[in-house]
Amino acid sequence: MLISKKIFGGGVTVPHRKNTAQCETVKMDVPEKVVIPMLQHVGAPCQLVVKKGDIVRVGQVIGISSKYVSAPIHSSVSGTVTNIVQVINSSGMYIDAVEIKADGKQEIHESVKPPVYSNDAELLELIKESGLVGLGGAGFPTHVKLAPQVDKKIDILIVNGAECEPYITADYREIVENSWNIISGINILMDLLKVDNVLIGIEDNKPEAIKVLTDLANTSDKINVVKLKSRYPQGAEKMLIYSLTGRKVPPGKLPLDVGVVVMNVNSVSFVAEYVKTGMPLIKKRVTVDGPAVMNPSNVEVLIGTPLGDVFEFCGGFKTEPYKIIMGGPMMGVAQPSLQNPVLKYTNALLAFDRESGELPKESPCIRCGKCVKACPMNLLPLFLNLNAIHGNIDGLKKYNAMDCIECGSCSYVCPAKRHLVHSIRLGKALLKKESMNKT
Amino acid sequence: MNNTLLLSSSPHIRGRDTTQRIMIDVVIALVPAVISGIYFFGSRVIMVVLITVISCVISEYASQKIMKRNITISDFSAVVTGVLLALNLPPAIPLWIAAVGGIIAIVIIKQMFGGIGQNFMNPALGARVILMLSWTQHMTNWINPKVPDAVSSATPLIYIKKGQEIMEGINRPDYIEFLLGHAMGSIGETSVLALLLGGAYLLYRKVISPAIPFSFIGSAALFSWIFGGNRPFTGDFLYHILAGGIMLGAFFMATDYSTSPVTTKGKIIMGIGCGIITIIIRLYANYPEGVSFSIILMNLLVPLIDKYTVPRTFGGEGRGG
Repeated sequence: MLISKKIFGGGVTVPHRKNTAQCETVKMDVPEKVVIPMLQHVGAPCQLVVKKGDIVRVGQVIGISSKYVSAPIHSSVSGTVTNIVQVINSSGMYIDAVEIKADGKQEIHESVKPPVYSNDAELLELIKESGLVGLGGAGFPTHVKLAPQVDKKIDILIVNGAECEPYITADYREIVENSWNIISGINILMDLLKVDNVLIGIEDNKPEAIKVLTDLANTSDKINVVKLKSRYPQGAEKMLIYSLTGRKVPPGKLPLDVGVVVMNVNSVSFVAEYVKTGMPLIKKRVTVDGPAVMNPSNVEVLIGTPLGDVFEFCGGFKTEPYKIIMGGPMMGVAQPSLQNPVLKYTNALLAFDRESGELPKESPCIRCGKCVKACPMNLLPLFLNLNAIHGNIDGLKKYNAMDCIECGSCSYVCPAKRHLVHSIRLGKALLKKESMNKT
Repeated sequence: MNNTLLLSSSPHIRGRDTTQRIMIDVVIALVPAVISGIYFFGSRVIMVVLITVISCVISEYASQKIMKRNITISDFSAVVTGVLLALNLPPAIPLWIAAVGGIIAIVIIKQMFGGIGQNFMNPALGARVILMLSWTQHMTNWINPKVPDAVSSATPLIYIKKGQEIMEGINRPDYIEFLLGHAMGSIGETSVLALLLGGAYLLYRKVISPAIPFSFIGSAALFSWIFGGNRPFTGDFLYHILAGGIMLGAFFMATDYSTSPVTTKGKIIMGIGCGIITIIIRLYANYPEGVSFSIILMNLLVPLIDKYTVPRTFGGEGRGG
């Protein structure tokens, strides 16, 4: 085990609340029906390849796209396609979704079999076909990340086990329960990427996870587990790369520009599992927690399961849920309805009651500078806030709005309770709109 | 099913800090200075503090009522201004002048420019300077600590004017006396120890960062050492930083959020500017004391400092902006 001496500037100390750290993953029953949207990743949405009335099986492809930045979508149950519906996704867009009534038999589609590959290109194609997207919460198609770069040399693979958000323990449970899968996934990816330096970053508040992986990693001198300081947003890609390697990803650039590929522990583990079984991405470990939840748990859920069913499985609600969040409390997305489905990159479902979910009232900025200190990207959130609410394009550019990673540290620390990130998001949208108008 | 779920943008949890809590911390930090003021100048000080605080709070309430704004007296910022104003007044100040000071601070300097966070200069200091120009006699009527209504005389800083020989044997307090609070001056300027105690509390609570007070005091010390004596590098810098309002200014006035830069780099520039201007005024200008003017001058430069200290984005090449 190594100990990282570097730490990014800024960030905040958030409360831990890892209530489910000791909750072994329990498998949820097959739901009555699933709703599977055709966009569950960053990039182009998929086209439906099934229609109403079709019989589908587990692992069958139901959505594909010809676009490169996309990932196919598979059925998570066996049953009948009962409807093509539309769901509202987190950006407020209507997305086509397949509604499948499950027959409960979970018959597996004939295409699902241990894959055979003889070279890197074939493996990469397989990873694309598996439907894998970044499971840490961002949902970027994995095959794009792993594709060989003509002019860029990758020399480090970073495995992200930092898990800096409060509540979420999905990555932690993966490390504790499936550590071997992670190591074999790393070996597959090392071959594919031709790297012989792997750094697994874990925050120091998860000693058991560090111990488990360190013991396994000791079998190889190429894999190192690195203990990181617990500081939000340690799991953010740019922060993690800096803490582990000292390399800084320039604004507008990607990790591969500094020779690094970052993968979430669950994604790495999935690669190993897929190469063994050929079962595409149809299920997810989801941490279910929050003040309004009866039994906080880690649940293995089929993708497309309605959120309400998952909460039901965890004993329902203690108190009337006031806000449902997919993801962590710092970066997660509030959900409009309990009918909405679990997605590929869902790693947590949180239910807040009125007291914990109510937003504090905004008061005038007192220029205390706490947001400036908290911003890990060195931005000046208070000025971005002003320029965003006044729609000042030049100001947004001057203060580098596009470099905001939306980690929420500024809003978290603001004593005046200003909705800083929220306004910066709007500001970024304004800038995007403006640049589209220009072209 | 439930269809009244709240939708809002992340983050969904917030830290515990509030504007009110910060202001209460400042009030707590000012308690030692108020107590030492009462101890050294007598119970009249209690009246002065009460008058300024009440005057500030009522002014805030009334002006917000008239301007049809939200009433924000519960954020305690008017209380802070009131206490700071009192600490900046001479102990013998007529109470009605103290009350006028509170009105000037809140109505003219704070609310007319938009209220909390919008004022371009520190309200308490602005009021002090206006009072000083309007009622100079009353504002420079210093009394000796511990012996209330005794001899009226000049502030000890008069002894360190450039070009005047330091008058030996005349009441010049020594360092220990300054530290404890035996020097003449404003209510809150007298005890360096009490101010340091409050300043340490603010630093501990992270209400202020060390950038401004340290660069202010450090540069004042350096420049008074270089230029304060008859020959270069012979100035009595310890005397300079212990006497007068530097401690009060550095920890409590120059660190005012609304009127100081937001980045650490900007704060250091602000502090150094305050330190240099204070010493220039003390050594070469008509007024014996330069802290108030130096801070106000730097207050006016804050927008400019903020503009030129936009930091580089993490991983960025050039300067922002």
